[in-house]
Amino acid sequence: MTEKLVIIGNGMAPGRMLEHLFEQAPDRYSVTIFNAEPRVNYDRIMLSPVLSGEKTYEQIVIHGDGWYIDHGITLHKGQRVVAIDRATKTVTSDHGVTESYDKLVIATGSVPFIIPVPGNNLPGVVSYRDLDDVDAMLLAAQSREKAVVIGGGLLGLEAAAGLALRGMDVTVLHVNPTLMERQLDPAAGYLLQTELERRGIKIICKANTKAIIGDDKVEGVELDNGTIIPATLVVMAVGIRPSARLGRDAGLAVNRGIVVDAGMQTSDGDIYSIGECAEVDGMVYGLVAPLYEMARVAAAHLAGDARPAFVHSDTPTKLKVTGIDLYSLGDFADGEDRQEIVLRDATAGVYKRLVLKDNRIIGTVLYGETSDGAWFNDLKKKAVDISDMRDTLIFGQAYQGGSPLDPMAAVAALPDDAEICGCNGVCKGKITSTITAKGLTSLDEVRAHTKASASCGTCTGLVEQLMSLTLGDAYNPKAVQPMCPCTELGHDDVRRLIKAKGLKTIPAVMQELEWKTSCGCAKCRPALNYYLVCDWPDDYADDYQSRFINERVHANIQKDGTYSVVPRMWGGVTNAQELRAIADVVDKFEIPMVKVTGGQRIDLLGIEKEDLPSVWADLGKAGFISGQAYAKGLRTVKTCVGSDWCRFGTQDSTGLGIRIEKFMWGSWTPAKLKLAVSGCPRNCAEATCKDIGVICVDSGFEIHFAGAAGLDIKGTEVLGLVRTEDEALEHIVALTQMYREQGRYLERIYKWAKRVGLDEIRRQIMEDRDKRQAYYERFVFSQKFAQVDPWSERVSGKDKHEFRPMASVDFSQAAE
Amino acid sequence: MEMNWHPIGDITDIPLLGARCVKTPYLKIAVFRTDEHEVYAIENRCPHKGGPLSEGIVHGTSVTCPLHNWVISLETGKALGADEGEVRTIPVKVEDGKLFIALESLMLAAAE
Repeated sequence: MTEKLVIIGNGMAPGRMLEHLFEQAPDRYSVTIFNAEPRVNYDRIMLSPVLSGEKTYEQIVIHGDGWYIDHGITLHKGQRVVAIDRATKTVTSDHGVTESYDKLVIATGSVPFIIPVPGNNLPGVVSYRDLDDVDAMLLAAQSREKAVVIGGGLLGLEAAAGLALRGMDVTVLHVNPTLMERQLDPAAGYLLQTELERRGIKIICKANTKAIIGDDKVEGVELDNGTIIPATLVVMAVGIRPSARLGRDAGLAVNRGIVVDAGMQTSDGDIYSIGECAEVDGMVYGLVAPLYEMARVAAAHLAGDARPAFVHSDTPTKLKVTGIDLYSLGDFADGEDRQEIVLRDATAGVYKRLVLKDNRIIGTVLYGETSDGAWFNDLKKKAVDISDMRDTLIFGQAYQGGSPLDPMAAVAALPDDAEICGCNGVCKGKITSTITAKGLTSLDEVRAHTKASASCGTCTGLVEQLMSLTLGDAYNPKAVQPMCPCTELGHDDVRRLIKAKGLKTIPAVMQELEWKTSCGCAKCRPALNYYLVCDWPDDYADDYQSRFINERVHANIQKDGTYSVVPRMWGGVTNAQELRAIADVVDKFEIPMVKVTGGQRIDLLGIEKEDLPSVWADLGKAGFISGQAYAKGLRTVKTCVGSDWCRFGTQDSTGLGIRIEKFMWGSWTPAKLKLAVSGCPRNCAEATCKDIGVICVDSGFEIHFAGAAGLDIKGTEVLGLVRTEDEALEHIVALTQMYREQGRYLERIYKWAKRVGLDEIRRQIMEDRDKRQAYYERFVFSQKFAQVDPWSERVSGKDKHEFRPMASVDFSQAAE
Repeated sequence: MEMNWHPIGDITDIPLLGARCVKTPYLKIAVFRTDEHEVYAIENRCPHKGGPLSEGIVHGTSVTCPLHNWVISLETGKALGADEGEVRTIPVKVEDGKLFIALESLMLAAAE
């Protein structure tokens, strides 16, 4: 007969415990969960990426509703358990639901510590624990006003970085002299503070909050020295304390947390406790690795295996702020019996410190360069005597034993019990043996089966190296990455075969290259369509149904299903007549939002699809053509005013920009292509973070390429210097054509350049005159077919069906 | 229940591997035509964030939502792969190239 297992709390620890339990004893229990939050189990570690906008809630869900259904779990969402009756073995929720249990698990987690100052309950004061807090912060961030974060620890700084990314003016108040003093020594704390300040976050250390001021909502924070910092949002992130009240009320042994033994059992043999609310051997925990260990132990005991016991281990700390690498582990306080090894590289922003005792590592702080963290952790865990490598220890594993090793050898040298994934406590042996036993070949599979790199993801590189080691040539993420599940072939093979076999339609490609699906998918069809457009400009008929909606209707779809329209504004130059025409269109179609874009033109947002052809017709009468702001193709050419106006301008940058844009508009490229021309090295057109940029100098035109200012930020590389405008145009066009012919679909120019090598590109474009001219001529040929304004075509009636509903059924008809 | 079929146009009004919209008082319907010339009708609203499914790329008997790439089965209305969610399907039939949708299901949907 199944026993009844009731779980109070639905966080990461009980979620993990159930995964283990269902593996070991799938049918032993019928499970009921009470969750005070009205949602499923999600990855709390990833709240910071949600706050900063790098992830969405949907992406951090661990168990969707379906998982609960599949396992027959009763999940009471939004119900808080208010009482445990140990005599009758029942629990009761605030909604009055009572459930009886054979075994009970208390996993109530923790509550944020709210500092006891006046005003701490004003609206606008939030903590940082769950998704509701994140939602509250995101709402407040919309105002782009001032926020104060109280607490300069891990959570506080992640909150501050997230709010700053959301556009708020953020001040962090920290009571100690340096940031994250529990994880970082003062030197690393200083580096961190400098980096955060560089990102515009103000940091006040040694700040004692006296009061939060405001009448009916937060207006600011007052410090004990009288300083007042204005704020509309105050985030309290000063710490957490175990949420142990239920246990205390039920008469269980409770100190700081609910006291459990090494088997996670409380003082009542039928009640277990795991997670942040549990206290084991005098310790309470807040990082995920020990909590997952508790989950593993509790699951075994619930499944009837009383052997596993919880053992304390130090957990490395990492800060989840993009672009800041930080690793800290163990004990790094100074002491008479301790020695330290320190490496500082101010230029590279690197700081490493190892704390030694009796020739063994007991603590590590790494900032800026953290790849050796796992190795140091391993040495510390095993208490290895480091006397022999003391001189080179700080440089990392690659520098031990003579010549530097490559990173693969470093990973190969790690022992099987070296921890790879700190979040999930997965060691090297577990990963390699699972890969072999289950025949895993992809990163996703390894994540699914071992959980390694499935939480914060910072160890993804290590996991991939392990896959290469274990699988040998069978795992080469670069070579065997198929285009999509419809084929085994990668992008490069497909491009090569299209040319070699002379394939000129999508069905021909799918037939000849043995596609596994009848008509492809949303990944491969747009890619194939681009390759065919690029390779056979005169023969190939563009396949409308293989284009994403934006390229099909020549406008940008918005979240509400309306569209935005951006007319071309050559080189960012306009005039009264054009602006008047835009204003008239805005009035006539009641366009709700007019926005100046980063590419020096004007965006009209919120246009209904059915209105698009009429909007284009009116814009067309004023001489506008499509700005192709939606295209994987040439977007804008930004310019500055150059020698015509600017006292520093060395060349006519505006004129060159317009000339390039008029030459290249309409061309399709693997991914979007943004250009800029600056009239002098002051670079007002920001050409050095563009796909292709030109910096004009007295002696000519310096051509740059492979910059990025989106997901990645990267300065451009120099292609070379040319003397004349004509040469500049020829080189830029040739470079674009080379990228068009070799780039993989959706691969930006900087990724393509990294793949094929900068030197090879310079050689072909700068040095090989014949190659350059051949590229140039192929581009010019292709433009004969590409430079057709898609808006005027549609105004003339092309694709009429696209902009009209097929039929309307009104209610009287429906009610017939 | 006897179906009350309402004409909405010809199969050739819909591009191959494409979709068209039908407006009704309570919900917008997307009518799809696959490469096998089968026709399906589902609610024009992705269960994820409400994206207009009629604007997606059609492949096999699925459509990929234009907003965040959820893949929805045209046959069942269910999200495929790791995503969970479902849209309403609407009965549709083809007779001599003419398309009809069933109105009862619409009224039921409207009454909910």
